Amino acid sequence: MSDPVRIPPRVPDKPRIPDEASERRLFEIRREDESKGIVKGAGVRPAGAPFPMASVETGYYGIPLLKEPSWTWEIPLYFFVGGAAGSAAVVGAIANYTGADRKIVRDARWIAAAGSVLSPALLISDLGKPSRFLNMLRVFKPQSAMSVGVWTLLGFSTAASATVFAQLLSDRYGPSFPVRLLENAGEAAALTFGLPFSNYTGVLIGASAIPVWNKNVGNLPIHFGMSGLSATVGLLELMGSHRSRALQMLGLGAALWECWEGFHLESRREPALDPLRHGASGTVTRIGGLLSGPVPAALRLMTMFSGKRRSNSLRTAASLSAVAGSLLTRIAWVHAGRVSARDWKLPLEIGRASD
Amino acid sequence: MPTTAFLTDSTLCIGCKACEVACKEWNNVAEDGLNWSGFSYDNTGAVGAQTWRHVKFVEQSPEPGFGGNAPELNSWSFSSDVCKHCENAGCLEACPTGAIVRTEFGGVYIQPDICNGCAYCVVSCPFGVVERNQDDGRAFKCTFCYDRQKAGMTPACAHTCPTGSIKFGEITQLLAEAEARMAQLHERGMQDATFYDASDTSVGGTHAMFIVRGDPRAYNLPPKPEVPTVYLRKAWRSSAIGAMMLLGGAIAAFLADGNGRARQ
Repeated sequence: MSDPVRIPPRVPDKPRIPDEASERRLFEIRREDESKGIVKGAGVRPAGAPFPMASVETGYYGIPLLKEPSWTWEIPLYFFVGGAAGSAAVVGAIANYTGADRKIVRDARWIAAAGSVLSPALLISDLGKPSRFLNMLRVFKPQSAMSVGVWTLLGFSTAASATVFAQLLSDRYGPSFPVRLLENAGEAAALTFGLPFSNYTGVLIGASAIPVWNKNVGNLPIHFGMSGLSATVGLLELMGSHRSRALQMLGLGAALWECWEGFHLESRREPALDPLRHGASGTVTRIGGLLSGPVPAALRLMTMFSGKRRSNSLRTAASLSAVAGSLLTRIAWVHAGRVSARDWKLPLEIGRASD
Repeated sequence: MPTTAFLTDSTLCIGCKACEVACKEWNNVAEDGLNWSGFSYDNTGAVGAQTWRHVKFVEQSPEPGFGGNAPELNSWSFSSDVCKHCENAGCLEACPTGAIVRTEFGGVYIQPDICNGCAYCVVSCPFGVVERNQDDGRAFKCTFCYDRQKAGMTPACAHTCPTGSIKFGEITQLLAEAEARMAQLHERGMQDATFYDASDTSVGGTHAMFIVRGDPRAYNLPPKPEVPTVYLRKAWRSSAIGAMMLLGGAIAAFLADGNGRARQ
C-alpha cells in the first residue's frame, strides 16, 4: 500500500479578497468539471434545491401581505338583508306617497321591518365580542364607513319598526292622530335612512385595502343598491304583488343595471379583478350575475309578450331569480375579497397579465 | 411627550428572534403555532394577532458564486417586521368603536377593553398587520409597548435586540440616524441598501422604518400602500348616485303606473 499523494498546502502571500470575476470563473470551472464527470457536483447542492426565494419576482415566498377578511357567513347575508330592507323602505314610502296599491305599501313595510330586526342580529353575531356591540355607539366617525353604517342602521331600524308598529296599531284599533303621526314620521325617517342603508355596504367594502374591492369602489355602492332593489322587487312580487306594472319596471331597470355591471366587470382586464372571473369565487360571481341581470331581464321582457297565465309564471321565475341573484352576488363579493387578499402579487405591484 | 419610532436595520440583524421572544414574554402573547413552513427557515410567516414581531428570513440569489459557493446557496438577510404605526393609519380611521387610538408617542394602539371584534380594521390595514384573534374575538397587533413607553422605557424588542438592529428613539433623531447609516452603507459598497418608510404615499410615513438590502418587495414591504380613506370620496359619491337612482326610479315607476290602484 502506497501513501496517498500529499499535496502541500498552498498558503497565499496575502489574504485573497473574492471579486466577482474570479468567483464567476471558479464557478465556471466547477460546472465544466461536473459536466466532464471529474467532480460529482459543482458545489454544494442540497436536496430539494433550488429553493423558493424572496425576490422582486417572488415577493416574500409568496406569503400574502394582506390579511383575509375574517368576517363570517353573517356578513354577506347582512349585506343582502340590509340592501333589500333599505330599498323596501324607499319603495314602500314612494308607493304610499304616489297612492299606489296598499298591498305594496304594507308588504314593503314588513320587509323593511323584518330586515331591521335581522340586520342588527346578523351584525352582532359576527362580532368577536357580541356583548360589546354598544361600543359601536361610543363615537360617530364620518371617516369610518362602519361607524356611519351602524348609525344609519340604528336610525333605519328604529324608523322601520316604528312604522310597522303604528300600522299594526291602526289595523287593530283604527286610525287615530298619534298613531298616524308615528306612522308617517316613521315612514319618512325610514325613507331617509333607507336611501344610504340600501347601498352603504358597497362603501364599506369599497373603501378597504382589499384590491378587488377598492378597485371597484366607484361602482360597488350603485351595484349593491341596484341588487338590493332587485331583491325587494322580487320579494314584493312573491308576496302577491305580481301584477304591479311599477314593480315590473323597477325590476327590469335593476336587472338591466346588473347586466351593465356584469359587462363592466367582465370587460375590464385588470389582474385585481381575477377573483371575479376565476376559481370558485368567479363561478359564484358569474352565477350571481346571471341570476341578477340577464335572466330576470329576459323573463320580464318575455312577460310583456305572453298570455296572462304564462306571464304570471314567468314573472314568478324572474322574482325568484332576482332574489337568489342578489344573495349570491353578496356572497360572491365577500368570497372574492378573501381570494383577493391571498393574492400576494397585487399589493407588491408585481406584474402579471390578466387572462 | 416625544414622538417615537423604530428603525429596523436589516443589515445588522442576525435572525436570532430575541425580539419575537421578548415581545411575547413582555406582552404575554400566546404561541402562534409550532409548524414547519417547509419552504424556508421562517416558520412563522407573517405578523398577526399572536405575532407582533416577526423576523423575516430573506433568502436571495447572491451575485454569482460569491464566496465560492454554487448559486444554489443563497445569501441570507434578516429583517424584523412589526406594525408600521402609520402616520395615516387605515385601522385607526376604520375603527367604529374608537378602540384604536393614536398615543401621545405617535403610535397606534388598540384598547383591548373597547374593541368589540368587528374586524373592519383587518381589511383596512394596507400592511396586513391587524388580525382578529379567533379564540378571543378581538383584533390585536403591536402596541408599540405603550405601557413601557409610558414608564419611560424602551419597547421590549428594541431593548433586547443584541446587535442594535432594532433602534428606538425620537423620530427626527432616528431619521437622521437612518440617513447617516445609509450613507455609511453606500460608502462601504453596499449599494443596494434601501430605506423604507412609505412617506411618499397616502400612508404619510411610518413610525416603524426599515433599512433593507435590495428591493423592499422581497421583504413584503408594499411599494405603494394606500390608506383606505383615500377611496371614501369616490365611494360616497357612488352611494349618493345609487340612492338617487333608487329614489328617482321608484318615483318614476309609481307615477308612470298611476292607475295601479284601480287595476288591482
